[in-house]
Amino acid sequence: MTAYWSLFVARFALLLQYRTAALAGVATQLFWGFVKVMVLEAFFTHVPTTQPMTLHEAIGYVWLGQAFLIAIVPWSGDREIQELIRSGAVGYDLLRPTDLYNFWFTRALALRTAPLILRGIPLLTVTIFLFPIVGLRERSLAFPPSFAAFVAFVLSFIGAILLSSALTMLLTVSMMWTVSGEGINSIFPAIVTIFSGMIVPLPLFPEWSKPILNALPFSGLLDKPFRLFTGNLLPNSLFNVLLHQIFWIVIIVILGRFLVKRGVSKLVIQGG
Amino acid sequence: MNNFLLYFRYISVSFKSQMQYKVSFLLQVLGQLLGTIIEFLGIWVLFSRFDTIGTWKLSEVALFYGLINISFAFADALGKGFDSFAKIIRNGDFDRLLLRPRTTVLQLLGTEFTLKRIGRFSQGIVVMAWSLSTLHIPFTLETLWLLGTSFIGGVALFVGIVIIQATLTFWTIESLEIMNILTYGGVETAQYPLSIYSKWFQRFFTFLIPLGCVSYFPMLAVLEKEDNFAVPLWFCYVSPIAGILFLIVALQLWKIGERYYCSTGS
Repeated sequence: MTAYWSLFVARFALLLQYRTAALAGVATQLFWGFVKVMVLEAFFTHVPTTQPMTLHEAIGYVWLGQAFLIAIVPWSGDREIQELIRSGAVGYDLLRPTDLYNFWFTRALALRTAPLILRGIPLLTVTIFLFPIVGLRERSLAFPPSFAAFVAFVLSFIGAILLSSALTMLLTVSMMWTVSGEGINSIFPAIVTIFSGMIVPLPLFPEWSKPILNALPFSGLLDKPFRLFTGNLLPNSLFNVLLHQIFWIVIIVILGRFLVKRGVSKLVIQGG
Repeated sequence: MNNFLLYFRYISVSFKSQMQYKVSFLLQVLGQLLGTIIEFLGIWVLFSRFDTIGTWKLSEVALFYGLINISFAFADALGKGFDSFAKIIRNGDFDRLLLRPRTTVLQLLGTEFTLKRIGRFSQGIVVMAWSLSTLHIPFTLETLWLLGTSFIGGVALFVGIVIIQATLTFWTIESLEIMNILTYGGVETAQYPLSIYSKWFQRFFTFLIPLGCVSYFPMLAVLEKEDNFAVPLWFCYVSPIAGILFLIVALQLWKIGERYYCSTGS
């Protein structure tokens, strides 16, 4: 356990180095958020009927998305591991006395949590505290409606990070089968962004598609935690949310472990 | 050999090299295509719930969407050399370009014509065609002029933006992610009519970065909506020129940057 913890801390510290890039990222994310918020406002203002989520909930959902997208959307596999696989240096990782899947999973976990500090916290601070001060209360991120909602969000968010890391692992391991990895690495993020609610909040999707969207693993990444935060989903549904996340985490980890095992057994280290 | 011919030589070499790995190329095009299709799916989802955005229908918004995407895809394919300029500066490759008896702009534009952008481009064309046929917009000379100048102005504007982005590298050595606001952010913005946004935002994308001039205003004339927004008709016909003016300004900045350049020595 201590080995994994040291690895996590080391990776985490390394990833925290990219501060300037993160600052630029925060500004970019804010801009993006504003465009999304204005588009949603324009859609909401002319509609007389009630929608499955209020404009303010939708705005909160967008800001949470901007704050956490780098962290919890599995955009790509661990590029360094993929490079190791391509170059054959993965042989060193095979020699370590630790379980390969756990070893890589720890790295994925660090990859997903470092952006929380660098991008998540600044963006949350700006959208929760600064916006109301500068007269953008309508467009700010509101606090969760109750303490229970906040706790539910935190718990489901931990589930989301684990789920995202498990999915990251699938992408990383896909490199063992395709040499360039470009195919899966460019198609997968597109699927994740739409089905997780990153492009349009899932409650705004057509009613008929909701059972499918809710069942897919991707709704556990952003949609469910964010709805708990904004109050769109009541805290008493936390149990179902966690169950859904745990179910998918177990399945994806088992699949990932299987793929790593198969991959290693057929792995040919090229060159010397 | 004149510059134009030379440019085509560059491009044909670049095409050949990109077609070397056909499967990888196809997968990338597919990935691009899927990415943009999903973007449009997002717009469709919102329309299926809300029906209209302000006074605009989906078929009208599709015109804005299609147009900005083909302009951007083309400019993005063209400007690859400027896009990876930070790397060129860092390994000192720029010194090599300076030694050659051609302008650096030509050489950088010729670095690579990124073919995989065809995914976004073709999707933009399809969406635009759908919009034009659903709205029964006749193919008159006026329409062709508006669409054509819009496209050219849009390409010029986006190429101008990547040139400015690259110019900044002369001072920072680092490429700045924040400039993505103007490229990808610009595309995202111009996928909807400018009138739905806040006033300050509209002004920013009209006067500072003339994105509205190359897409919003000419499309108002195509959709015959200029009266609703109190824009004189003649302005819709000439506004795309702003994109070309922007490119000219960008090229001037590039020249200034080049004079300032001193090698990193790598």
